[in-house]
Amino acid sequence: MKIICIIKQVPDAEARIRSTAAGIDLEGVTFVIDGMDEYGVEQALRIRESGVEAEIIAVALGPKRYEEAIRTALAMGADRAIHLETEEAFDPITQAKLLAKVVGEEAADLLLVGGKEADWDSAALGAATAEALGWPHSDWTTELELTANSAKVTHDADEGSEVLTLPLPAVITTQQGLNEPRYPTLPNIMKAKRKELKKLSLDDVGGAVSKIVILKQEIQTRERLNKIIEGDPMEAAQQLVKLLQQDKVI
Amino acid sequence: MILIVAEHKDGHLRKSALELVSAAKSLQAGLGGDLAGLVIGHDTQAAAGELAKLLDTVYSISDAAFSEFRAETYTAAVAQLAQEKNAKAVLISASRSGLSYSPRVALRLDAPLLEDVSSLESNGNTVTATRFSYLARVTETVQAQSLPVVISVKPNIYPVAEAAVNGSIEAVDVPLTEQDKRVQVGEKVAASSERVALEEASIVITGGRGVGGPEGFDNLIEPLADALSAGIGSTRAVVDAGWRPYGEQIGQTGKTVAPDVYFALGVSGAVQHLSGMNRSKVIVAINKDPDAPIFKVADYGVIGDVNAVVPALKDAIEAARN
Repeated sequence: MKIICIIKQVPDAEARIRSTAAGIDLEGVTFVIDGMDEYGVEQALRIRESGVEAEIIAVALGPKRYEEAIRTALAMGADRAIHLETEEAFDPITQAKLLAKVVGEEAADLLLVGGKEADWDSAALGAATAEALGWPHSDWTTELELTANSAKVTHDADEGSEVLTLPLPAVITTQQGLNEPRYPTLPNIMKAKRKELKKLSLDDVGGAVSKIVILKQEIQTRERLNKIIEGDPMEAAQQLVKLLQQDKVI
Repeated sequence: MILIVAEHKDGHLRKSALELVSAAKSLQAGLGGDLAGLVIGHDTQAAAGELAKLLDTVYSISDAAFSEFRAETYTAAVAQLAQEKNAKAVLISASRSGLSYSPRVALRLDAPLLEDVSSLESNGNTVTATRFSYLARVTETVQAQSLPVVISVKPNIYPVAEAAVNGSIEAVDVPLTEQDKRVQVGEKVAASSERVALEEASIVITGGRGVGGPEGFDNLIEPLADALSAGIGSTRAVVDAGWRPYGEQIGQTGKTVAPDVYFALGVSGAVQHLSGMNRSKVIVAINKDPDAPIFKVADYGVIGDVNAVVPALKDAIEAARN
């Protein structure tokens, strides 16, 4: 079977982002493969390791810097990669249309997509790509089991979790709890450098115009006091209560 | 027309539906047009009746094929009605199910998707919204470049609308294809919690792995939550371990809370967790590991064993009240 994993590159979650009048300044920030996408790559590898003959392809839509995240997916064990390279930013619906063209051309059986992007906080890409392909999808997936022509999943629903059975081809979006992604080994990192990374341009897929424009971005997180309260448990607890009463929150 | 898809359960509208009506009214001020509601399900009569007290026009789809939520059947229903009625905006609650099918509706209508928004306005030609990004550290203002627009609205932001009208209900049929019904829904595990709803609690007490096990929740977290009339939250690791129900999970893939005070007890502070609580007014962390990342986002930290500090805290709260 053919499994495609969508890869995004996002700021390292620990990185300090700054905001300027022009929006979020990512200068000097370390970028990494989105943790949600690592679950997808790991799941694809586990499917293959369970004895299913599978080709695993990493597909990404994004700027040149995404190459590094793509190489991470290859170092984890993906066989080859396709990078639809553009410096333009697109909303998830437009991204889905573009990615569906690449996935459709590859005639994949299974598409694994990160459940929620760590940069745009969007959970839309998987479902939208499924719609563009005419495939079913499961989101917030915590367990995935494949048969010859279907996928049985456990996923989080409105109230608790439920089991779904989807005919293949299908889109599965990941989340924390699906698996524990592996770290690429040094030999595999070296090997990944020689794996095929095919480049496509927007022109190759017919171009696109974003349906959403970002007008303004502001950092909202509060500055925290970071006050460590010393003393034995009773003293610390009493002091903490006093502080919370002064803050009028209890 | 602005179309509102109203969530309901057991014959009653969910709170999210009442919030969507308020969101739609705030959008209508700039966008214009009428408001209409849509109720989808197996037996929607009672819920449609409730919605008709809030909106003049209610469409009701009652069909066994909709007895369970499936993204593709809901997409077919909502997209069909939006097209027939020429809706300028479709409002869907950003619940797990809403987040699951709203992207499909947007794609089918070739419309922009404003996802998980916390405010809305319009100049008549476009819709502008605010939403969170970068693991909820950033608030961004985004503008849809065309109409119609599909909007998923963040729960617990808009006020609950009050009954004000005596609207009409129109039954609508949606022909479904076999393809729409291809996903089979199997066994369900319900998450239940009788406490104050997490997103509405002004105090939230969250236990992490450091609490030690389900008995740690019984012995430490529950009594403290009782003393403070607080909601109880959990980390992903805790719900994955089966210690607590999924409905309590706070974080990137769970609930987002912003209480007056947030207690993180035995919580290490993974970034995915922080994105679900970093808008809390005051954050308290208790953890025996002085290097736990949670202390970086805490206003007040106590480095110590939750087994000793949490009971002391409960005593101190009770003493301070007497």
